[in-house]
Amino acid sequence: MSAAAPQTWDEFMEGVWKQNPTFVMILGMCPTLAVTVSAVNAISMGLATLLVLIASCGLVSMMRKVTPKEVRIAVYIVIIATFVTAVDYAIQAISLALYDALGAFIQLIVVNCIILGRAEAHAAKNPPMPAMINAAGMGVGFTIGLLALGVVREILGAGTLFGITLFGAGFQPWVIMVLPPGGFFVLGGWLLLFSWMARRKQRALTVGSDHA
Amino acid sequence: MRDQPSSDKKVIPIAVAAPDAAVPESPTAAMIRTLGLVSAICGLIIVGAYQGTYDAVAANKRIATERAVFKVIPTAKSIAEFIAQPGGGITKVGAGDTAIPPGAVKFFAAYDDAGKLAGIAAEGGAKGYADTVRIMFGYAPECQCVVGIGVVSMRETPGIGDKIITDKDFLANFTALDLKLKADLSALANEVKAVKHGSKTGAWQIDAIAGATITSRAVGKAINDSAQALMPRLVPNLDKLRSKS
Repeated sequence: MSAAAPQTWDEFMEGVWKQNPTFVMILGMCPTLAVTVSAVNAISMGLATLLVLIASCGLVSMMRKVTPKEVRIAVYIVIIATFVTAVDYAIQAISLALYDALGAFIQLIVVNCIILGRAEAHAAKNPPMPAMINAAGMGVGFTIGLLALGVVREILGAGTLFGITLFGAGFQPWVIMVLPPGGFFVLGGWLLLFSWMARRKQRALTVGSDHA
Repeated sequence: MRDQPSSDKKVIPIAVAAPDAAVPESPTAAMIRTLGLVSAICGLIIVGAYQGTYDAVAANKRIATERAVFKVIPTAKSIAEFIAQPGGGITKVGAGDTAIPPGAVKFFAAYDDAGKLAGIAAEGGAKGYADTVRIMFGYAPECQCVVGIGVVSMRETPGIGDKIITDKDFLANFTALDLKLKADLSALANEVKAVKHGSKTGAWQIDAIAGATITSRAVGKAINDSAQALMPRLVPNLDKLRSKS
């Protein structure tokens, strides 16, 4: 497979838009709903997942020719767990406050189905470069998904964005938005918006082909 | 009349080609080789990450502890870590030394610019509404009272239980919360306790936040449990802590 520019771009955009893990595939919902109480948490979780995705898909891809099919899942999980541990240490070194805010969900990246899914469905069948580009796209798509939830929940639930107060003293925070039910409300809202957009686009296409 | 289709005319397939027959099993040696290789690579990566971040993580933890102590004792500029032994007596321990003997209580002596004792800080924990509420409280030996609290960790409901870090009326309880000991120094003279909002009568009582009574009680219990264990051992030894060693 030649690494022609448009093909590489398609590979990257697949995860960002067409197969967005959060809004199209509805994968990895556990961290999505749990840590998106603020934009900072959302973006950190997204970046942590992105790093694990790229690194583990790269190594899985490099090992793909020497991995017997019987033990492949064990190999993938060991690789993923390794990079999660490394990212876990890195976050502790960067900020303990952030580490406490993300809690157990950093370690739980190991069982995030997006990563195992990418390893099994893409990285195991492609050379390292396309595998890592595809993984980067998925990671960026996941980060965008988390950020979309985190921004809305932080603005509505705390009246701040990235910790900066947006409204005057009269603002009464809509506390339920930073509680677990708020995650479902906001996710539902986004899914509604995306499926409405997809349906409208499809209808426009059908009408267009009728005229042709 | 047509012939009825009879079941005995159906062709029953005798043998189906096994779809997996073409794929041979991998040799065991290959599996062991791959798993061994993966484990070796991953082991190296983890050890590398641990070694590479160790100093930064330890520094972060020390800074976090210092910040928590400085918050409850504002005049503090440096801290020393001690443990109060179960049988009485206190021992100094190194920073980050986490091995605490059973029954011992860890506390921090905070010193001001001149190296004089500014106060004592200790941690306490009690079950709140959602999970254990862990708090740090500052103790001033001159008034034998709590002079400030900070939250170390909690998972209380945002907007309700977490008012314990923002509610001014509640925090006013901890400007001079009485921790005097009985005459024989065996226990606190009065048990620290959170009481219903508006019914505080003694200097050892905490006026609970209306609507967050369970979290307020947890703060009271955390201070009480920790102080009951620590103060009888600390007060007789206070003179040893007066100046920075």
